[in-house]
Amino acid sequence: MVIFSLFVSVVFAVLTRDDPKEQLKFGARLFGGFIGAGILMGWLLYPLPL
Amino acid sequence: MRATTADRAQSAATAYVICAAAWLIPGLGHFWLGRRQKGVTFLIALTLMFGFDLWLQGALFPFQLSEPLVALGALADLGMGLPYLLARATGAGAGNVVAITYEYGNTFVIVAGLLNMLVVLDAFDIAKGRK
Repeated sequence: MVIFSLFVSVVFAVLTRDDPKEQLKFGARLFGGFIGAGILMGWLLYPLPL
Repeated sequence: MRATTADRAQSAATAYVICAAAWLIPGLGHFWLGRRQKGVTFLIALTLMFGFDLWLQGALFPFQLSEPLVALGALADLGMGLPYLLARATGAGAGNVVAITYEYGNTFVIVAGLLNMLVVLDAFDIAKGRK
């Protein structure tokens, strides 16, 4: 999940921003969002039976 | 100097050639248009994503119209261009359904193909002077 998030964040950041600093900031936010959402979803689904 | 209709037609044709190149080799469109940092980044990131699919024993979906979801998966896979065509030609990407990483691999290649389609559209916009 981390590797997947990293690649998608990099591509989206480079695609939507032109300035390298902006790309880095946006990519980091996106990556953090992916990881945070993944952990949150994991905990929300944890009580559900398989 | 204003561009003539002939000039505009030629630049439109060039834009489509750039799109085809961008589809065939991820990032080539941006590289062609002088955005080398972006082109190299797309080439590395998308090719690595595609490589992860093969490493994780994911499948490259065949075009089975009887199975709409498989056909959609194949359409997304096709977005990767030359790496997809090469992998299909060499018999790679058969997939191992019982591997625990199978679905992860599928996700990698589907998303890589869809992202490359976005990259192609971005290259088209740049070529047309919209960005």
